[in-house]
Amino acid sequence: MSFAKSLRCRECGREYPLEPSHVCEFCFGPLEVVYDYDAMHRNITRETIERGPASIWRYADFLPVDIEYAVDINAGYTPLIRAKNLGERLGLTNLWIKNDCANPTWSFKDRVVTVAATRARQFGFDTLACASTGNLANSVSAHAARAGLRAYVFIPSDLERGKIVGSSVYGATLVAVDGNYDDVNRLCSELADKYRWAFVNINMRPYYAEGSKTLGYEVAEQLGWRAPDHVVAPMASGSLYVKIWKGLQELARLWLIDSVQTKMSGAQARGCSPIVTAHEHGTTNVRPVRPQTIAKSLAIGNPADGYYALKVMEESGGYGVASDDAEIIDGMKLLAESEGIFAETAGGVVIAGLAKLAREGKIRSDELTVAYITGSGLKTQEAIEDALAIPLHIDPTMASFEHALGERARDTAQAGA
Amino acid sequence: MAKQRVKFTFPQELITLPIIYELGKQFSIVTNVRRADVTEDRGWVVLELEGQIEEIERGLDWVASKGVRIDPVPGDIVEG
Repeated sequence: MSFAKSLRCRECGREYPLEPSHVCEFCFGPLEVVYDYDAMHRNITRETIERGPASIWRYADFLPVDIEYAVDINAGYTPLIRAKNLGERLGLTNLWIKNDCANPTWSFKDRVVTVAATRARQFGFDTLACASTGNLANSVSAHAARAGLRAYVFIPSDLERGKIVGSSVYGATLVAVDGNYDDVNRLCSELADKYRWAFVNINMRPYYAEGSKTLGYEVAEQLGWRAPDHVVAPMASGSLYVKIWKGLQELARLWLIDSVQTKMSGAQARGCSPIVTAHEHGTTNVRPVRPQTIAKSLAIGNPADGYYALKVMEESGGYGVASDDAEIIDGMKLLAESEGIFAETAGGVVIAGLAKLAREGKIRSDELTVAYITGSGLKTQEAIEDALAIPLHIDPTMASFEHALGERARDTAQAGA
Repeated sequence: MAKQRVKFTFPQELITLPIIYELGKQFSIVTNVRRADVTEDRGWVVLELEGQIEEIERGLDWVASKGVRIDPVPGDIVEG
């Protein structure tokens, strides 16, 4: 059962019933779900969770939805792997990777969308909608198909073809908007006011965002019911980063883990780093920027949860770290070559940031560190293909093969010299 | 009549100018400030605008032409 009680404004504290709403009518502050933690404490144990399905629905009691409405394509409960090879390269002896590429549409967005779609069905909506440059669009389209809901997905008209296919295959109506990024933002904000649709990250946002808490729960459970010492997570709107922290805090509040001493570090691309920049300037006043980075899934210039991310960074003693595009590519290659995980550019941002924090001594070598990889590289191949070795091209003879192999070895030796 | 919620972010050089006052004076728009944070070198204001939709659009175009950044209230709507 759901223990969600109400929505509460994060700014002025006014409470609202559980409705499709995302901003406070009084001060326009963001709304967040409030739970009955006393009842949760009485009803939830490690055993009740462990008896649940191998998906985010094992944490259904922590989510603001009733499970009988679940729109389930099996999101979550993704692998947490010990990253010994990468750890050796970075001088970290207790490094783990949370591989959220293993979700049904290959990104963590399935966690948030499954919750938003479920709540939308519970509210009686017949249409799911979003504005997205890729991962969110794929997930909304897939969940709408599963739920039998109509889907409208708004995309910038210059989006790469590969990302369009990953949404349109599910039968969603794709709307390519001619205009710059700000134009698309403004249009979708107006549409959400006019149409009675469930826009997953607008009027469904308080529910949608709660799905990311499961990234905190899962890691703690997979580590044997304990919080990591250090987390490195990507930041776009800042929501995922804040909700990992909230997830860990909730487990501690319900006595399912000991108190949380986790340092929360957040990674952004230097070409779109409004949160990290504010952290570097020692302010919580996030100044919007115009994104210019290959890490398009993190390219949010005006992050809705930037302020709250900065508060978590300060409270937990974590760091903000930004990497340029070349470092992001190196991060993607390093993760793939050391651990066999092909992450999208956001994963490159995380690994580049992790490497930087390790180099600067901001992560102690023996800290139990978890790096969150939130999306698959298959979606952003164009970002990295020019940085990879081309295939050896040979005639179908042994001599040709050995000649080519010798040339490659010589090239590699020269490049390393 | 339509209502629109927007966030204005002012660069340092525009902070001292009465842009919201001018918006209400030059256009048939009622401006209603709900939240704000303005310091000597930066500032943002969250406000509700009420008027004919075309008039609000003309007014916002004018504000943008002054160099003020205009965003939807909940932050960026387009996600990755």
